[in-house]
Amino acid sequence: MTKIKTHVLCCGGTGCKASASDEIISTFEKLLKEKGLQDEVQVIRTGCFGFCEKGPIVKMLPDNTFYTQVKPEDVEKIINEHIIKGRKVTDLLYLDPENKQHVADSKHMGFYKKQLRIALRNCGFINPEDIDEYISRGGYEAIAKVLGEMTPQQVIDEITKSGLRGRGGAGFPTGVKWGLCAKNQADQKYVICNADEGDPGAFMDRSIMEGDPNSIIEAMAICGYAIGATKGLVYIRAEYPLAIHRLQVAIAQAREYGLLGDDILGSGFNFDIELRYGAGAFVCGEETALIHSMEGKRGEPTLKPPFPAVSGYMAKPSNVNNVETFANIPIIITKGADWFASIGSEKSKGTKVFALAGQINNVGLIEVPMGTTLRDIIYEIGGGIKGGRKFKAVQTGGPSGGCLTEKHLDTAIDYDSLMAAGSMMGSGGMVVMDDTSCMVAIAKFYLEFTCEESCGKCSPCRIGNKRMLEILNKITEGNGTMDDLQELRNLAAVIKDTALCGLGQTSPNPVLSTLDNFWDEYVEHVVDKKCRAGVCKKLMNYVIDKDKCIGCGKCAKNCPAEAISKTSYIAEGHKLPSMEIDTTKCIKCGACMSGCKFDAISVK
Amino acid sequence: MAVIKLSEDKINFIKDVCKSFHNDGGEVINVLHKVQGEYGYLSAEVQELVAKELNIPVSRVYGIVSFYSFFTMTPKGKHPISVCLGTACYVRGAEKVLDELKRQLGVEVGGTTPDGKFSLNCLRCVGACGLAPVAMIGDKVYGRLTPDKVKEVLAEYND
Repeated sequence: MTKIKTHVLCCGGTGCKASASDEIISTFEKLLKEKGLQDEVQVIRTGCFGFCEKGPIVKMLPDNTFYTQVKPEDVEKIINEHIIKGRKVTDLLYLDPENKQHVADSKHMGFYKKQLRIALRNCGFINPEDIDEYISRGGYEAIAKVLGEMTPQQVIDEITKSGLRGRGGAGFPTGVKWGLCAKNQADQKYVICNADEGDPGAFMDRSIMEGDPNSIIEAMAICGYAIGATKGLVYIRAEYPLAIHRLQVAIAQAREYGLLGDDILGSGFNFDIELRYGAGAFVCGEETALIHSMEGKRGEPTLKPPFPAVSGYMAKPSNVNNVETFANIPIIITKGADWFASIGSEKSKGTKVFALAGQINNVGLIEVPMGTTLRDIIYEIGGGIKGGRKFKAVQTGGPSGGCLTEKHLDTAIDYDSLMAAGSMMGSGGMVVMDDTSCMVAIAKFYLEFTCEESCGKCSPCRIGNKRMLEILNKITEGNGTMDDLQELRNLAAVIKDTALCGLGQTSPNPVLSTLDNFWDEYVEHVVDKKCRAGVCKKLMNYVIDKDKCIGCGKCAKNCPAEAISKTSYIAEGHKLPSMEIDTTKCIKCGACMSGCKFDAISVK
Repeated sequence: MAVIKLSEDKINFIKDVCKSFHNDGGEVINVLHKVQGEYGYLSAEVQELVAKELNIPVSRVYGIVSFYSFFTMTPKGKHPISVCLGTACYVRGAEKVLDELKRQLGVEVGGTTPDGKFSLNCLRCVGACGLAPVAMIGDKVYGRLTPDKVKEVLAEYND
């Protein structure tokens, strides 16, 4: 008979670990032992709760109390007050920014209220390094059902019927993909999990692997059974050491339980999983490039067809799905395709995980039904724009996506509506920007990324993107012309039509969507030589406040361009005439401003 | 071809790593991960040895080392600094933090301080977007950085 009365769940995801969650856990363990409570209170290191903005998170069960921004020195108070005396530690509770009330139960917090967690169902609830906890929440029931009651074709039909589409970005129907691979006969087939999450600003796959690695293992085995493969490979970024570790632990435990290996659950079905490490190349998220990389080659994409379903890893039929797609599989099997298809919008079923980041109050990982509006995500769940500033744009789909504006806020988002709005779902990165972001600079930022990550195999991507980047540099430096804007569009159209792989074909999207939605800002940069957000350095002007300047002349001495000289104006109370900057000579190095002791120089 | 001038220990280590992957050319990326994990970078001599052991052309090894950003051919500082320039960090001012690091260390991105203490690099997303802007020094993640905090963070590494 277990004596455990209270469970302390502490987030052990990468974000919270960076803010001392390990120390919080060890302090809990140490103090509980000192007070003789170690048999009544169990401390569990879980995966990500999603609410990274308020991390580290500590959640108390059974009463669901949700403590935010906990520090190691708060632990003693939580033990003394909450565990021993049964009183909540009010000042560690989440403070609702609207009504300034403390909220104890996460169910009542704006951040969680509108969420529906399917792919993230176990993240933040279980210890990812203990397979028993996964099993206690219904884990490995799906593989038992599949092996015991279903034929491979029935599994494929069920997934097809559920309407699940690839969560890696393109949204291809998962069941159809499995069916294609199942049709091809071969002595060996492969199930590949794409865990090469390279989209800057997206971290959902990492969180799933860190928080619920067993769901991926179970799903890959189900896929193996459906398509007739006995080998699974996870291609994972080497930059995710914690996710790698948790997957390794989970694979070892699954083998021990006979849930991986030969004759799984006595069914005669064999399946095992190995890890392969990526080495930092965005293009490896493209499935043909990923397969080349797994074979120990440069991660360059090849033309499709042949599709991996026909000739993939080691020229054998292979099925590639992304982490989040796999995370949905077990629950579709146990709860049924009809249940899954009842969630979401007409053509996009189920939920989508988004990594909400940027200038927003509640940065974190969220999961919402397909068809939720951007407004609900940004204002209800995200808590609005940081510092009460004005919303300007939200970028979805990473380097392959686009920027959406205020007019898109009420769009119900799914694969198709985002595409229609000139962006895309992508892997689910969602970066919110306020008026301090310059949209031309953002387009340039993404293009710099694409240029750096282009594998160089096809010329539209290798050369075309470089030419576009040069034009954007010209514009942000104040040398752009209106013809350049047209040239950007021409180049973009050619690249979209002719690039070899998905990376190249979508790389002009950030430029095109900002041209469409923020045309005025481009024109300002070109015609008025102005950057309204004050981001583009070359378009800023340094100005001396003549009433604050005491005329010491230090700025003139510091100026490498001899752009500063004396005026004839002497401010009241000052003895020397103030200085002024000749903007035609100024090279905008900022040496004058950093040297001024009287705060007389500013940027306009 | 350069003359191999690696120490006996290093040669043995690399040979053992290759052997643990059955001297299979298809495992070259895994081999390079292990070798770089031990020595911090992959010199020309190391690449030649790996190629020889795996029985593949050196050009293929070099092709891989130069293709993947995780592999490096230059030694890093004792405390390698990586500033995240992912989108989330970028819009929260990562560039200003990077500029300040460049100024205080007196090196450009990709450089190492003359005393070999710090090297400065950028990376794209460590997945701690909630703490943006983020930088890593060694394995430690520093979140919510501002240019003012740079000095304080670097001071932690005064011996």
